[in-house]
Amino acid sequence: MTTRYTITALVENRPGVLNRVVSIFRRPGLNLDSLTVGRTDRPEVSRMTMVLEGSKADAQHVKRELNRLIHVITVEDMNGTPYVTRDLALIKVKATPDTKSEILQMCGHYRARIADVAASSILIEIVGEEPDIEGLAALLKPFGIIEMVRAGVVAMGRAENILDTHCERSSWAEQRFPLEKAS
Amino acid sequence: MELTGAEIVWECLIQEGVDLVFGYPGGAILPAYDALSSYPQIHHVLTRHEQGATHMADGYARATGKVGVAMATSGPGATNLVTGLGTAMLDSSPVVCITGQVPTSVIGHNAFQEADITGVTLPITKHNYLVTSVEELAFSIREAFYIARSGRPGPVLIDLPKDVQTARTDFHYPTGEINLPGYRPVPEAPEDKIGHARKLIRSAERPVILAGRGVLLSGAVDELREFAERTQTPVGLTLLGKGCFPEDHPLCLGMMGMHGAGHANHAVQEADLLVALGMRFDDRVTGNLTTYAPKARKVHIDIDPSEIDKNVVVDVGIAGDLKQTLSVLLSEIEPIEHGDWVERIRRWRDESEDRELLNQVLQSPELKAAEVVHDLWTLTGGKAITVTDVGQHQMWVAQYYAHSPEHALITSGGMGTMGFGLPGGIGASMGRPDDEVWVVAGDGGFQMTLAELATAVQERVNVKIALVNNGYLGMVRQWQELFYEKRYNATPMVSPDFCALAAAYGIPAVRVTERDQIEPAVRQAQACDDGPFLIEFVVEQHDVVFPMVPAGSDLHDMIRRPKSESAHEKEIQS
Repeated sequence: MTTRYTITALVENRPGVLNRVVSIFRRPGLNLDSLTVGRTDRPEVSRMTMVLEGSKADAQHVKRELNRLIHVITVEDMNGTPYVTRDLALIKVKATPDTKSEILQMCGHYRARIADVAASSILIEIVGEEPDIEGLAALLKPFGIIEMVRAGVVAMGRAENILDTHCERSSWAEQRFPLEKAS
Repeated sequence: MELTGAEIVWECLIQEGVDLVFGYPGGAILPAYDALSSYPQIHHVLTRHEQGATHMADGYARATGKVGVAMATSGPGATNLVTGLGTAMLDSSPVVCITGQVPTSVIGHNAFQEADITGVTLPITKHNYLVTSVEELAFSIREAFYIARSGRPGPVLIDLPKDVQTARTDFHYPTGEINLPGYRPVPEAPEDKIGHARKLIRSAERPVILAGRGVLLSGAVDELREFAERTQTPVGLTLLGKGCFPEDHPLCLGMMGMHGAGHANHAVQEADLLVALGMRFDDRVTGNLTTYAPKARKVHIDIDPSEIDKNVVVDVGIAGDLKQTLSVLLSEIEPIEHGDWVERIRRWRDESEDRELLNQVLQSPELKAAEVVHDLWTLTGGKAITVTDVGQHQMWVAQYYAHSPEHALITSGGMGTMGFGLPGGIGASMGRPDDEVWVVAGDGGFQMTLAELATAVQERVNVKIALVNNGYLGMVRQWQELFYEKRYNATPMVSPDFCALAAAYGIPAVRVTERDQIEPAVRQAQACDDGPFLIEFVVEQHDVVFPMVPAGSDLHDMIRRPKSESAHEKEIQS
């Protein structure tokens, strides 16, 4: 049985780390449905959110192997804890004077923003959970989606479910990667 | 002090206690080799192939417990390291490989002899480095040694572009504790889990300890013995665990698994508690996982948390250092008796004895590999370091040579790398020159890396080679006999005259075809102390390693040797 697993990780912000992480999924032929990486409040630490469509064993395997990587600081499987997810999509949809108001109405319903308006198209920006984005995309489809891009899912646990960022910078790290170089 | 990257490499190796490097020079690593003449403290061993260098570094590491170092140039030099790195990775052997790389300005341009070796070796190293500036070089080397030897050991590769070797920087070896935020090499074993494990141990009626190489790596040999004796728990060994528990001990079951002792496998399948120590439930140990030890609760202690619940889901999984965890666990364990259980295992053991080849009156006059290994064991008093290749002879060494902690088995277990034996043995012998080292290899694997005979001669390595020649890729032939209706495709093997071959290298050699020739040949080899010696043992061609659990079968579903040789012959013919 396949489920969607949302796995978050804190990793060192260094060359090649993404490759190492992605290799864990590639080796047994697992597909990463979504992957986001970005810096945290600490420039030397990046945070990744990975969405895996797979079995429980797949998720356990990924978590185990990620933990073995030297550059991976913390790994959490978010399933089973309360958490918030957000994805962002840009959707360029065909629009004529006849359809424009209907499209704008739908966007209002989904709290989507209009990022750009052109003569024959509207560029819509939506932030929300994946079902919101997929719901709006489905509604817009009959009007003609010209192109669509998604940023990928980011996730964060609610309240006390914190991915620990409190590892102190060691004296070794201070020597090896002076901060002005890391940033 | 301003030094070049090339000089920094050697300075760092010296700081890490390295005095021996196995390698093969080439264009992209030449600056490092050029600087070598300023560092007479380091002895460089020129191998005949880079694969040999990694196996030698690996064999050296396993024999000494120190980090083995191999060096190669970029491109083909680097890709030739791959098999050796994979071998070291799967057997948790601390090896550091340093490769030359094309200059940073042309990396990614398919420059001459360029290979993306950090990309290639990513899944078969514990970690690897591409050093892009000379300022980070010393840090990378120090981290590499730290990662290779700490926690669960493993291989680390450092890729060193040519311009980084020639660039200069102010050098001082970085000191202080290394602390990598994502690397916790020795997890703290939780007290409550140790307590839970104690409860299971106290209430068990049919316990078995499964002991692996982690016992040796952690130095927990005494704790294991104390645990086994105090709780009267029989001990089964993995292939790489051989040596961690005395094999003449009444509680020792010998090796478990695919070619394990029948009584060891029966004990595991009937046990009500397995205590797995520093082993990883490899498929060669468990057979079919769904029917593995079905009646047993399971306790697993390993330093690598990723091994817990990986192959076998356990009742109590403890990630921690074995020696420390066992001593805490033992602090509150009182003596326990398991008389009925030990007695039951003795009956299985009696059956094993009935089927034992060496207890049978053999009808064929041909020399048996089992006799060779058994006699080698008695003639060396069990005090030789045995380094094997991969195949039937490897299993016979596991079955007929009793190992000890000081002389544990050195073999490619996880990866099963044919060709490991000779270079592995050269590395082991160079690491422990005062010990008697025997390479046991088959005619197949030996021919994969026999070019290293020249290395052994050049370095005057006192390695003794027992070449077990059955004219086949014996283990593959055995599978063909048992599972592929004797279609011996691609397994019969024509070989050179090995004694003449040895002579071409200037290596003394003798051929043994009968059992009473074994002792004089071994004695002659033992008397040779100025370089290698080779004995070719011409053995029965169609011999089979028993017992055998077919791949994927239930562990108790063993193909056993019939109780008498005549019955065996009959079965083979039918």
